[in-house]
Amino acid sequence: MSEGLSGLPLYVPPKPRSLLEPHRLLLMAVFAGIILCAILFMRWDWLPTYGPRLLYGVWQTLVMLFWTASIGFLLAVPIGLVQVTGPRPLAWLARIFCTIIRGTPLLLQLWLLYYGLGSVFAQYPELRSSFLWPTLRQAWPYGFTALMISFAAYEGEVMRGAFAGVPRGELEAARAFGMSRWTAFRRIWLPRALHRALPTLAGETVLQLKSTPLVATITVIDVYAVISKVRQDTYLTYEPLLLLALIYLCLTAVLVVVFRYLESRIPTREA
Amino acid sequence: MTSIVKTLALALVLSAAALGAQAQEVKVGFAAEPYPPFTSPDANGKWVGWEVEFMDAICAEAKLKCVITPVAWDGIIPALTSKKIDMIIGSMSITEERLKTIDFSDKYYNTPTGIIGPKSEKFDATPEGLKGKVIGVQVSTVHQDYATKYFGPGAAEIKEYQTQDEADQDLAAGRVDAVQADAIALDAFLKSDAGKCCELKGNVKDDTAILGAGVGVGLRKGETDLKSKINAAIKAIRANGTYDKFSKRYFDFDIYGG
Amino acid sequence: MSGNLHLLSLTPPGWGGVLLAGLFASLQLAVGGYLLGLVIGIGGAFGKLYGGPILRDLLEVYTTVIRAVPELVLILLLYYAGTDLINQLLALVGSPSVDISGLAAGIFVIGVVQGAYATEVLRGAIRAIPSGQVEAARAYGMSAVLALRRVTLPAMLPYAIPGLANLWMIATKDTALLAVVGFSELTLATRQAAGSTKAYMTFYLAAGVLYLMVTLVSNVIIALIERRARRGMPQTV
Repeated sequence: MSEGLSGLPLYVPPKPRSLLEPHRLLLMAVFAGIILCAILFMRWDWLPTYGPRLLYGVWQTLVMLFWTASIGFLLAVPIGLVQVTGPRPLAWLARIFCTIIRGTPLLLQLWLLYYGLGSVFAQYPELRSSFLWPTLRQAWPYGFTALMISFAAYEGEVMRGAFAGVPRGELEAARAFGMSRWTAFRRIWLPRALHRALPTLAGETVLQLKSTPLVATITVIDVYAVISKVRQDTYLTYEPLLLLALIYLCLTAVLVVVFRYLESRIPTREA
Repeated sequence: MTSIVKTLALALVLSAAALGAQAQEVKVGFAAEPYPPFTSPDANGKWVGWEVEFMDAICAEAKLKCVITPVAWDGIIPALTSKKIDMIIGSMSITEERLKTIDFSDKYYNTPTGIIGPKSEKFDATPEGLKGKVIGVQVSTVHQDYATKYFGPGAAEIKEYQTQDEADQDLAAGRVDAVQADAIALDAFLKSDAGKCCELKGNVKDDTAILGAGVGVGLRKGETDLKSKINAAIKAIRANGTYDKFSKRYFDFDIYGG
Repeated sequence: MSGNLHLLSLTPPGWGGVLLAGLFASLQLAVGGYLLGLVIGIGGAFGKLYGGPILRDLLEVYTTVIRAVPELVLILLLYYAGTDLINQLLALVGSPSVDISGLAAGIFVIGVVQGAYATEVLRGAIRAIPSGQVEAARAYGMSAVLALRRVTLPAMLPYAIPGLANLWMIATKDTALLAVVGFSELTLATRQAAGSTKAYMTFYLAAGVLYLMVTLVSNVIIALIERRARRGMPQTV
């Protein structure tokens, strides 16, 4: 976002430190103490009962994350592209779509989709005999759609920048080589844009993971919903929520590591 | 630059002032959702309903300055124990399970538990009748526990909603086949426009251990002073006719129950 | 749908007034949380850049945890724990428990979340200042605090504005999450209005328009601020 313009930065980053410096050892001891206290003095007897359900919830969260991010990304490519090169009306449509989705809270979009459409369904009982009804009456399609649209809008904005950022010269060179517009897009523009967008993808996916618990408010069961159930059954507040925070911390860490691995696999040969 | 520093300092002072705001009132926790005919927000942003009148009556009787504090229903007990509110008036049934965490006043009304469903389908409020059905309940209610225990094994799914009106709405939308809740609250829904789709299928067989023995004011454990004040007030408004007077405007039966 | 428009009128029986009151509460939360976040962010950024090793590590833990855990979970934890913690601390010192208003708790929650992001934004911005500028200030005999006030803070502003603008947008949308704990801001007011009237589509669309207007107006203001802050900066793009 902000690189130094000229001159040396005032800030000299510390040497990479090892984990075993004295103050780190002290801090780790303090944290270990806190965790030990948490284990000893808080109530965890509910864990065995809810363990399997928690695992199921984590799995649901990951499935939801994977598919909404994948399909959302596929949608983001055309949304980004038409804003850079598409015909005016399409570019405007994409722009309006991104502005609306990015300008309103996801929670509101989710409730609008689920309960708003629900109230529309209530007016057309005929709908209930249609073949789509078994799907439409469930909650997950709405959660899925809202998350997917949200990802498409945020990543679409990134893709717009990525497409616009590919140097003109490269595209002109491709055309000069006699590539058709489509070939130039397929072989040069798209891969270069994707390459530029990749570093942001990790961040956007973590943001998407952090949005998934919202679907629990429309009766979809994910890991957040399972923890809410624990809270209601046991009347505990902190223990389940702390565990939930820990679970998301681990999931984020896994995501970051996976993306770092993927990025290292992609050759970088920047000029 | 100084203006920025000043703004920041002002922000700090303001937030500190807000944190330190002292008050002597009793904060009454309401579930932050429409729950007619007991507590619901109106278009003026005010709370109206039978329980609002009940609250006004006991607070006047006990000479307490009561302030309505809306809280999410599924967090209303943690809100009480963490002192965000001082009592709960939210059609909360007195159950053994809840008594482990909080305390209750004496009961102030009683309601049977009903099951509603679409008029087009015929079934009873029994485990056999609800076999294979999707049942909507509100989270953290006695109905959630009851439905899970009695209907859970046979039902297709017990769907848990954060608010009662959303469960009702999904019944109207056809997303659930039945809704279990307090019969009086369900009656209000059935009488509304949206409730035309549906009818009462019957009341469930009682199980006092789960459904509790009437509705009480939720209080923190150990606050015996407040508890005795509330209990005395309930007794007083029952005796002096205030209770019956405002109840008559809402119900044509005795809501206090036997 | 159009038959429900009368429900939005500003006077009862329309719910427009309730929605606007909700919008006002949302804006209060967003402004308060954002400012608190900035204060935390400035402290955090300087702590991360110039603090001792323990402070740096602690701040690293703070920013990592906040940025890795969903806002919804943080809000639930902080909303209940925040009040509890303050009161228990007060009890330890022997003073009576304070009554923390819903608004203060909400601002606290949004502020703590925003603070982590603001720390990173401001740290990046401070690092982007050419070092010569601060060195020159020190060479003129300015004290560290004076150099900070006169040089570092104003100089980092252009670098920080895009990130800070983004944070403001996030703050306005994050306030909606407080609906889940029952705070009467715009989203909850909408939910209540929708539930009372069963006109879910009408009210959620209306609230969407209100949020969108906040975003669009913010965009205009941010563009103005950005133009002003970039005076004298080399033109980019």
